Amino acid sequence: MHYEWSFGFLLQYSKLIGVGTAYTIGFTIITAITGFIVGCIVAIASLSNMRLISSPLVMLVEIFRCTPVLVQLVWIYYALPVLIGVELSPAVAAFISLSLYGGAFYSEIIRGGIVSIDPGQWDAGRALGMRRFDLMRRIVMPQALKRMIPPLVNQAVLQLKNTSLLSVLAVPDLLYQGQLITSATYRPLETYTMIAVIYFIILFPMTRVARVLEARLAH
Amino acid sequence: MSTSEAKAPMSDVAMIELLHVKKSFGAVSVLKDISLRVPRGGVVALIGPSGSGKSTLLRCLNLLTIPESGVIRVGQSTMDFTNGHKLPRDKELAAFRARTGMVFQNFNLFPHMSAMQNVMEGPVTVLKVRPDEARKTALALLDKVGLKDKADVAPDKLSGGQKQRVAIARALAMKPEVMLFDEATSALDPELVGEVLAVVRQLAAEGMTMVLVTHEMAFAREVADTVVFMRDGVVVEDGPARQVIDTPREAATRAFLSHFHSGRLPAAAASA
Repeated sequence: MHYEWSFGFLLQYSKLIGVGTAYTIGFTIITAITGFIVGCIVAIASLSNMRLISSPLVMLVEIFRCTPVLVQLVWIYYALPVLIGVELSPAVAAFISLSLYGGAFYSEIIRGGIVSIDPGQWDAGRALGMRRFDLMRRIVMPQALKRMIPPLVNQAVLQLKNTSLLSVLAVPDLLYQGQLITSATYRPLETYTMIAVIYFIILFPMTRVARVLEARLAH
Repeated sequence: MSTSEAKAPMSDVAMIELLHVKKSFGAVSVLKDISLRVPRGGVVALIGPSGSGKSTLLRCLNLLTIPESGVIRVGQSTMDFTNGHKLPRDKELAAFRARTGMVFQNFNLFPHMSAMQNVMEGPVTVLKVRPDEARKTALALLDKVGLKDKADVAPDKLSGGQKQRVAIARALAMKPEVMLFDEATSALDPELVGEVLAVVRQLAAEGMTMVLVTHEMAFAREVADTVVFMRDGVVVEDGPARQVIDTPREAATRAFLSHFHSGRLPAAAASA
């Protein structure tokens, strides 16, 4: 079997590919940020003694941790509007599900980072007369963040890969554009190879950075 | 019940006063009705076997541990935990703690800050002192504990004795009314104990009111005015330091002190 590779035709689709890449990266950055915020809120609530706030949040986290993100995406796009009576655009549905999905995992990383700080550090801050917020801001978080960075970067790598699921809702991410190009050109081999290469080019440096950070923060 | 003192002149009034303080962890009663007075400038050593409640008692003094009942007064601030009183809020706790300095067995320096930043942290964050002013005070305090040249060094580059001296400077930076030492030399190599005790001795000479939980009997005998021997959450015996350590009245105190036979030799050496 002989296959004639030819990547030249992809040039005429460079604009589509550019838009797709922008969507993929844009969605990753935005949902990583909102996910981190969600994660912080859930982590701090679950560490506090406020059961009334923390138990529903913890439940929500478990739901998002224990169901596939593809199912969440489809559920939020098709099922949630029925419940709340508001139509969601694919991009908004995708934003919500990826933020919450990311947040569920970030919250565990953040919680783990905070509880890993020696109780003596809390004692020392309290003994100086620090209030809760200052204690978090000045003493606990600076130390905890250092430990959280490598797993947070790893989670961001997963987050970027998860954006490929957006194509299911016809959000024009990288994979969706690839599907468009394939159906127009009937050349899936080159198209999907290129898509994979673009993902790799974006993610490989990120995993390297995570590795370096891990090594540097280890001691 | 109200415990606010009549307006007696401060010199007549104890600097620290505990009334009927009780605390238990789960089913274990750690402090069984403890009352204690420390006069201004007084130095009290809390001694006793591990599990006697002496560290818990010390932590109650700055409310790192919240007692179940009783009244705690340090200087002018009183916290009443008798029935019917609401638990203090974060803000009240913080204000109360800011007036006492505490030194821990494991130093608990902030590892992400230099020695200088450790000492500046309380004044800048809690007392809102201007950083350049706080820096001056911090440098003076580091000088006082003999570590002026280590100002920019990170805690993990310091020896145990140096860490503990930075921790003392950090506590002093808050200009506390009292200083609390929780086994401040227990985690140190024997050859580093002396440099920390020297700083404590100096503070005592300056008239700082202090409560020390310690296993250094010789030091307690030398520096403390009063020694309080605790066992199983009660004060078994208290009195002038030398009397309690040299000629204890209670059998339990004698039994405990018999483990520290050799303790008196360095005391003699130190005071010689």
